[in-house]
Amino acid sequence: MKLYFKYLLILFKSQMQYRTSFWLLSFGQFFIPFTVFAGLYFLFERFGQIKGWDFFEVALCFAVIHMAFATSECFARGYDAFSGLVVNGEFDRVLVRPRSTVVQVLGSKFEFTRFGRILQSVMVLCWALMNLSIEWSVVKAITLCLMIISGVLIFTGIYIVAATMCFWTIQGIEVINIFTDGGREIAQYPLNIYQKWITKFFTYVIPFGTVNYLPLMYILGRTEGNDILHMLTPLIGSLFILPCLLVWHFGVRHYRSTGS
Amino acid sequence: MSAYYSVLKLRLLNGMQYRAAALAGVATQFFWGFMYIMIFEAFYEYSPYTPPISLKELITYIWLQQSFLAFVMLWFRDNELFTLITSGNIAYELCRPCEIYGFWYAKLLAGRLSSALLRSFPILIVAFFLPEPYSMTLPPNVVTGILFLLALLLGLLLLVAISMYIYISVFYTMSPIGSTLMIGVLGEFFAGLIIPIPFMPDWLQSIAYMLPFRLTADFPFRVYSGHIPQNEALNGILVQLVWLVGLVWLGRIALNKALRRVVVQGG
Repeated sequence: MKLYFKYLLILFKSQMQYRTSFWLLSFGQFFIPFTVFAGLYFLFERFGQIKGWDFFEVALCFAVIHMAFATSECFARGYDAFSGLVVNGEFDRVLVRPRSTVVQVLGSKFEFTRFGRILQSVMVLCWALMNLSIEWSVVKAITLCLMIISGVLIFTGIYIVAATMCFWTIQGIEVINIFTDGGREIAQYPLNIYQKWITKFFTYVIPFGTVNYLPLMYILGRTEGNDILHMLTPLIGSLFILPCLLVWHFGVRHYRSTGS
Repeated sequence: MSAYYSVLKLRLLNGMQYRAAALAGVATQFFWGFMYIMIFEAFYEYSPYTPPISLKELITYIWLQQSFLAFVMLWFRDNELFTLITSGNIAYELCRPCEIYGFWYAKLLAGRLSSALLRSFPILIVAFFLPEPYSMTLPPNVVTGILFLLALLLGLLLLVAISMYIYISVFYTMSPIGSTLMIGVLGEFFAGLIIPIPFMPDWLQSIAYMLPFRLTADFPFRVYSGHIPQNEALNGILVQLVWLVGLVWLGRIALNKALRRVVVQGG
C-alpha cells in the first residue's frame, strides 16, 4: 500500500510538469459527460419521466455510475493501457520485481485529469440530492458511499479481465468497451427500463444493477420486502472483483514474453 | 486530380486490412444501437403527448447513425497526420508535388470510407432483418432514397472539411488532444449524436440549425426516414453545398497560412 502511494506521488509530480495541458485536459474531461447529461436533461424536459422515474432520480443514478467510472479510470488506467506493457515486453520487468504485480500495474499509470469528470458527477450528485425528498438516515448515507465504492471495484474488475486477455491476444480488444463504456451508459438509467435479459445480464453477470438500481430503490424508499438485502447489494456486487483477480493471476502464470 | 485519386485508393486498401477490428466494431455498434432504442422505447411508452419524431423513424435514425458512425464522428482521427506535424516530418509532405490540403483531404476521406465500408453493410443488413420493433425500414420512396444518398455523401465531404480544421489547429497548439476534444464534444452534440435534434428545446434547435454540424449526421438520417420532406431536403442539400465550398475555401487559406509559419528543425 505504501508503495502504491509512492507511485501516485511520483506520477502526480510528473503530470504537474505540464501544468497548462493538465488544466486544459481536466477541463475537457469535465465537458464530455456534461453534454451527455445535457442530453438527458433535454429528454426529460420533453418526456417528463421514464417508466415512472423522474429526472432527479435518474440524475442520482447517473451521478453514481459516472463517479464510479471516472474514479476507476483514474486509478485503474494502468490496466486500461496494459496491452502496451505486453507489446513492448515491459511486463517482464514487472515480473522480476519482488512486489505484487497488481500493485505495480495499478501504479504504472494514473490519470489525474479525470478529476474533471469526477467533479462533474459530484455536482450532478449534489444537485440531484438537493431536489429529492429523501428521509436521510445514517444507513442510507452509508449505502450511497458503498454504491460508489462498489461501482469502482466492478469497473476495475472489468479492466483487469480485459488486461488479462492481452496475455493471449497481445493487442487490446475493442469488444470490452461494451462492458466498460457500454455498462456505464446502460447503468446511467435505472435498469428496469430495459428488456428483461439486459437487466438480468447486468445484475447477475456484471453486477451494475447491484450498485445503482437495487440500492437506489432502497434510498428512494421504493423497496418492497427486505430493506437490509437491498442495502447490502453493493457489497455483494463488489465481490465481482475477486474472480477477476483470480483470472489475472491465472493469466500471469501463463504469460509468455513477446521477447522484444 | 489523379494523384489525389491514387492516395484515396491506397488508403482504402490499407484500411481494408483491419477486418477483425471492424468485426469487433460491428458488435459494439449493435450493442449501442439496441441500448439507445430501448431507452427511447421506455421514454415513448408513457409519453404524455406525441413526440416530435415517431418511434419507427427514430429506430431507423439510430441504426443509420450506428452503421455510418465513421461518416459522422469527429473524433475519428488520423494520428499519422498529428505526428507529422508535431515531429517535423511535415517537411517531407511539403516536398510533394501536390497541394497539401487536397492530399490530406483525400487521406482522411479514404480512412473514413474504408472503415465505413467494412462496418456499415453488415450492420445495415442485419438491422433490416431484426425482429419487429427493432427492425429498420426502407425509405418511403425511391426519390427519398436518392436524396438520402446525396445528403449522406455531401455530409461526409462536409465532415472531412470540418475535421481538417482540427489538424490545422495542431500547427498552433502542437497538441492534438485539446482541440479534438473541444471540437469533438461540441460537434457531436450539435450533430444530434447524443440526442436527435428534434428532441432539443427550441432555442437549442435554432443554434443547431445555424451550425454546419447537423448537416453531417442529423440531416441525412432524417431525410432517409422521410421526417424531412423532399422539398426541404433539396433546400438542405443546397445549404450543404454552400457550407462545403465555404469551409474548404477557408480551410485552404488557413492551412496555407499555418504552413507559412512552420519552422522545421533539422535532425
